[in-house]
Amino acid sequence: MHLMILPVLIPLFAGALLTLLYGLSMRQQRALSLLSILGQLLVALLLMQQALSGDYFFYQLGNWQPPFGIVLVLDQLSAMMLLLLAGLALFSTLYACVGDDRKGAHFHALIQFQLLGLNGAVLTGDLFNLFVFFEILLIASYALLLHGGGRERSRAGLRYVIMNLVGSAFFLIALGVLYGITGTLNMADMAVKVQQLPAADRPLIHAAAALLLVVFGIKGALLPLLFWLPRAYAAAAAPVAALFAVMTKIGIYAMIRVFYLVFGGEDGIHLSLWQWLWPLALATMVIGAIGALGARSLRGLTAWMVIVSVGTLMAAIAEASIPALASALLYLCHSTLLTATFFLLADLVQRYRPGPRDYFVTGARVRHPVLLGALFFTAAVAFAGLPPLSGFISKVWLLSSVTSFWGYAVFWPLLLASSLVIIVALSRAGSALLWRQSKQEPLQAKAPASATSLVVCLLTLSVLFSVLAQPLMTFATSTATQILTTERYLHAIPLGGGL
Amino acid sequence: MEVLVALMLGVLTTCGVYLVLRPRTFSVVLGLTMLSHAVNLFLFSMGRLHSNAPAVIGAAQQHADPLPQALVLTAIVISFAMTAFVVVLALRSALELRNDHVDGVDKEEEPI
Repeated sequence: MHLMILPVLIPLFAGALLTLLYGLSMRQQRALSLLSILGQLLVALLLMQQALSGDYFFYQLGNWQPPFGIVLVLDQLSAMMLLLLAGLALFSTLYACVGDDRKGAHFHALIQFQLLGLNGAVLTGDLFNLFVFFEILLIASYALLLHGGGRERSRAGLRYVIMNLVGSAFFLIALGVLYGITGTLNMADMAVKVQQLPAADRPLIHAAAALLLVVFGIKGALLPLLFWLPRAYAAAAAPVAALFAVMTKIGIYAMIRVFYLVFGGEDGIHLSLWQWLWPLALATMVIGAIGALGARSLRGLTAWMVIVSVGTLMAAIAEASIPALASALLYLCHSTLLTATFFLLADLVQRYRPGPRDYFVTGARVRHPVLLGALFFTAAVAFAGLPPLSGFISKVWLLSSVTSFWGYAVFWPLLLASSLVIIVALSRAGSALLWRQSKQEPLQAKAPASATSLVVCLLTLSVLFSVLAQPLMTFATSTATQILTTERYLHAIPLGGGL
Repeated sequence: MEVLVALMLGVLTTCGVYLVLRPRTFSVVLGLTMLSHAVNLFLFSMGRLHSNAPAVIGAAQQHADPLPQALVLTAIVISFAMTAFVVVLALRSALELRNDHVDGVDKEEEPI
C-alpha cells in the first residue's frame, strides 16, 4: 500500500540521519548507508513483482487527487529503473567502502540524497515534481563530483554545475510555457489537455517540447551539449563515476517518459522531436567513438564510451517502435552496468599501477597481470558487443529491431562502425595497460581483494544478462508495449473532477 | 502591464545569456542569477497578469492562479541555494587553479 513511497523515504531518512549524527564512526556510517541501500533494493524487488502484473499503480501523496496533488506512478519502466538504481548504488557504495569514502566528508549522506533524487525522478508522475527531484539529484551530484577535492575536480565541477544550472533554467521555462497553456502539471492530465488544444497554441507546445529536449539532452549528453561530460566523469572518484553512469540514463528515462506520454498523441508533436533527436543521436555516437579513439586514459575512454552508449540509445528511442524501444531498454541496463564496471576497473588499474596510473603508457609488469587482464578482456568483450556476453545480445537485437530504410542505410553502418572503433580503442587500451611491459622491476602494488571481487561480481551480472536473455527480452518487450500504449495509462490514472 | 513584463523578461534573459557566455566566473555567476530572475518572473506571469484578483474561485469575476506563485517560491529557493553554491565553488576553483576562467585551454590541465 505505502510501499511506493519507500524508495523516496528510505534514502531521505538515511541521508538526514547520516547528516545529523555527525559523530558516527565511519563503520557506523557505512552500515547505515548499506542498510538503506539494501532496503531500497528489497523494496525495488517487491515493486518489480507488483509491476510485473502489467498494471499501473498510483500513490496519491497526502491523498490529494490528481491532477491537483502530486502522484507517484509505478509501471514496469519505473520498476526497472528502481531496480537498476538500487543495484548500481549497492556496488558503488560497497566499492566506496574500500576506502574512497574517507577522502571527503559526508560521502554516504550525499549518496543517499543522490538516490533520493534518482528514485523520486523515476517514480513521479508530475512534471514540476520531476524538476524538483532532478534538482535534488543534481545538487547531490555536484557535491559528489567534488568528493575528494583537487584541482581537476574543481575545474570539471565548475563547468558541470554551470551547465546544469542553465539546463534547470530552461527546464523551468519549458514548464512555465506548458503550465501557462494547459493549466496542469500532471503528466497524464497534460497529455489529455495537449490533445484538445486549439491550433493557435500548437507552436508554443512545440517550442516547450523542444526546450525539454534541450534540457534532457544536457542531462543525457546529446551532441552539442555533451562536452562537459568526459572531464567531469573522468575527474570524479571511481565509485562516484560508477554511480554517474546511470545519470545520463536518467535523462533518457525522462525523454521516454515525457515525450511518449505527454507529447505522444496522434497529432505528432513527438514526431517533430524525433526528427531532431535521431540525427543528433547518431552524431553523438560518432563523436563518442572519435573521442574514445583519442582518449589517453581508461577513465577518459570510459567516459567517451558512456557517450557512445547514450547516442545508440537515443537513436533507438527515436525509432519509436515497440521492438526498437524494447531493445533500447535492454541496452540501457547493459550499458549502465558495463560503463560502471569500467570506471571501477580503471580505479583497479590505478591501484595496481601507482606510477603511470591508468594512462595508456607502457609501465612495469603489474602484480597480477592474468587477473587484471582477464577482467579487462571480459569487460571489453561485453561492452564492445562480441559474443557471447550481454553487449552482443543487446546490439544484435537493436540492429534487428530497426526496420526503416534510413535505419538500414544510416543506423546500421554507424552502429557497426562505432562498435568497431570501440573494439580498436579497447584493444589499444588493453595492450598499453597490460600487454606491453617495460623491463623495470615488477610493481608490487595491488588492489584490495574486496575491490577486485566487486568488479568480478559486476561482470558476473553481465554474464547473467546473456544467460537470462530470453526472460529479460520478454520483460523489455512488455515494458515497451506498456510505454507505447499510453491510452491505458490515461485510463488507469484516477484524474479527479479537474477535467 | 504585459508589455512592461515582456520587456523586462527580454532584457533580463538577454543580459543573463550574454553574461553566462563570458569567459570569467564572476560574470557567469551574475549571468546565472539574472537568468534565474528572468525564469522566476516568467513562471510568475504564467498564471496570467491580473491586479487585485483574489486567489479564490468564485470570489470575484477574475481570480488569480495561486499555483505559479507556489512554483516560483520553490524555484526561488532552489536558485538561491544554487547561486550560493556556485559562488563558493567559483571561489574555491579560483583559489585552486589560480585563475577564474571557465573555459579555454589550460596548460596545467591533465589529459584524459
